[in-house]
Amino acid sequence: MDLKDLYRDVIVDHNRRPRNFGRLDPADAQAEGFNPLCGDRLTLFVNLDGDRIREATFEGSGCAISVASASLLTEAVKGRTRAEVKALFDDVHALLTRHDAVADPATLGKLAALSGVREFPARVKCASLCWHTLNAALERRAEPVTTE
Amino acid sequence: MSAAEPRFDTPSAGLDVAAIRRDFPVLEQTINGRPLVYLDNAASSQRPRQVIEAISSYYERDHANVHRGVHTLSQRATDAFEGARDVVRRFVNARATQEIVFVRGTTEAINLVAQSFVRPKVGPGDELLISGLEHHANIVPWKLVSEQTGATLKVIPIDERGEVDFQAFERMIGPRTRILALAHVSNALGTVVPVERFIAVARRHGVPVLLDGAQGVAHDAVDVQALDCDFYCFSGHKMLGPTGIGVLYGRRELLEDMPPWQGGGDMILAVTFEQITYNQLPWKFEAGTPPIAGAIGLAAAIHYLEAIGMKRIAAYEAELLEYATRRLLTVPGLRIVGTAERKAAVISFVLEGVHPHDIGTILDTEGVAIRTGHHCAMPVMDFFRVPATARASMSFYNTFEEIDALVAALERARSILT
Repeated sequence: MDLKDLYRDVIVDHNRRPRNFGRLDPADAQAEGFNPLCGDRLTLFVNLDGDRIREATFEGSGCAISVASASLLTEAVKGRTRAEVKALFDDVHALLTRHDAVADPATLGKLAALSGVREFPARVKCASLCWHTLNAALERRAEPVTTE
Repeated sequence: MSAAEPRFDTPSAGLDVAAIRRDFPVLEQTINGRPLVYLDNAASSQRPRQVIEAISSYYERDHANVHRGVHTLSQRATDAFEGARDVVRRFVNARATQEIVFVRGTTEAINLVAQSFVRPKVGPGDELLISGLEHHANIVPWKLVSEQTGATLKVIPIDERGEVDFQAFERMIGPRTRILALAHVSNALGTVVPVERFIAVARRHGVPVLLDGAQGVAHDAVDVQALDCDFYCFSGHKMLGPTGIGVLYGRRELLEDMPPWQGGGDMILAVTFEQITYNQLPWKFEAGTPPIAGAIGLAAAIHYLEAIGMKRIAAYEAELLEYATRRLLTVPGLRIVGTAERKAAVISFVLEGVHPHDIGTILDTEGVAIRTGHHCAMPVMDFFRVPATARASMSFYNTFEEIDALVAALERARSILT
């Protein structure tokens, strides 16, 4: 296990200076995510143009992996349709959990920096929390998402 | 490591820690290429060879079910199991073995008292009193009783140092208080609660007292008669013993009057479909085949602790705490959460710019095992307005060098993430 695989420069940077951090008020959709194991808590806000995400922001607190992942997510989903977001989530999920998944920068962009997380199974939920929360926001589920 | 800090060349408690460490096989390993530094003792301690051997020797030579057979092995198992009960009795200075009930752990002991002692006698208007320092195991069982009966759960506040507010307690206890349930030592912060003062007040009000001793019993001598508590609950695995074994000490008169909690074999004298005669104490509360090997392992753990001496253990752990507190405060941005006047060797802390979860991962790559999270005490985290803390909890087999390794690993965490 090499810590440099987990805490890549992109991750450290997005943890120190999270992008799109704050509320959208009003927001077309929002949802809360909670990881009871470590206390990570975040809220995702989304504004839509029809089927396409115009803006995504988040607020909350958590570990470096969960904050960086949420920050990267808000950048990555901007301008994408629901179907494109779904496909991207599938790619990210594979990246986080499957050892044979290839971190293709062409499809994943900066999200490829999350590929080191799979070497640290206890941390996968930190990285995936924001994605599950985004799903809940897009499906307008009222119940907060938890990782347990 | 900088040598600027003054060091204890010879621990004044006079423990031969190097020799003690050789008794703990698990400590002789590397994690991620580094020597294991085990500082998660408040979650669960490690086992000395003597405990492991007592368990395997029992299984290799003496195992059979207890209280049942006339054959030799059943007799040996029964003698060992009941012998273990007497070892526990002496260890906490209970008057009689009837007052020592074997359970799965502290959690089960508290649930037993909540359901069998408190629940039948409370209703709307009655009050159950706990503190803001409690582990979930000393919150949820009372919340359940409150929901089942309509009794009110009241919580004594804590202050910024992590001490239970004694003045508030004196105002809150009253004629409707039916139980006072307090941690002896806080698992999340290390606060040693001055329970004697609380018990004295509870006595004047005629309120029975339960102490959650999960963190107390392994780190200092406990005398239930001197404490004058009614119930004392603890777990084997936090005091060098096996998992799955714990103890409920209960004052005999109270246990006598309590209905059984679980039904089954061993807790009865006679059964017909019309009528059941319950067994005597303590077996009335021990339905089913008990954790025999667990009790035997627990007795071996107690022998081990007593051979070193609880007072010497407490003295050495106090030195570790003092050293660790001083060293940790040299780490820039580190804040200790819980600064009570009397503490066990537990230090909860937060590090500016580094989330506890990241601390845990980075320390693990350096071989250092600590706990991170809410420590099953979410109300304590809420009080201090932190989502989680990192917690280093020490035992008498830890060394000053291991504290140095912890500090060095924390410096590494800072350099990676800030």
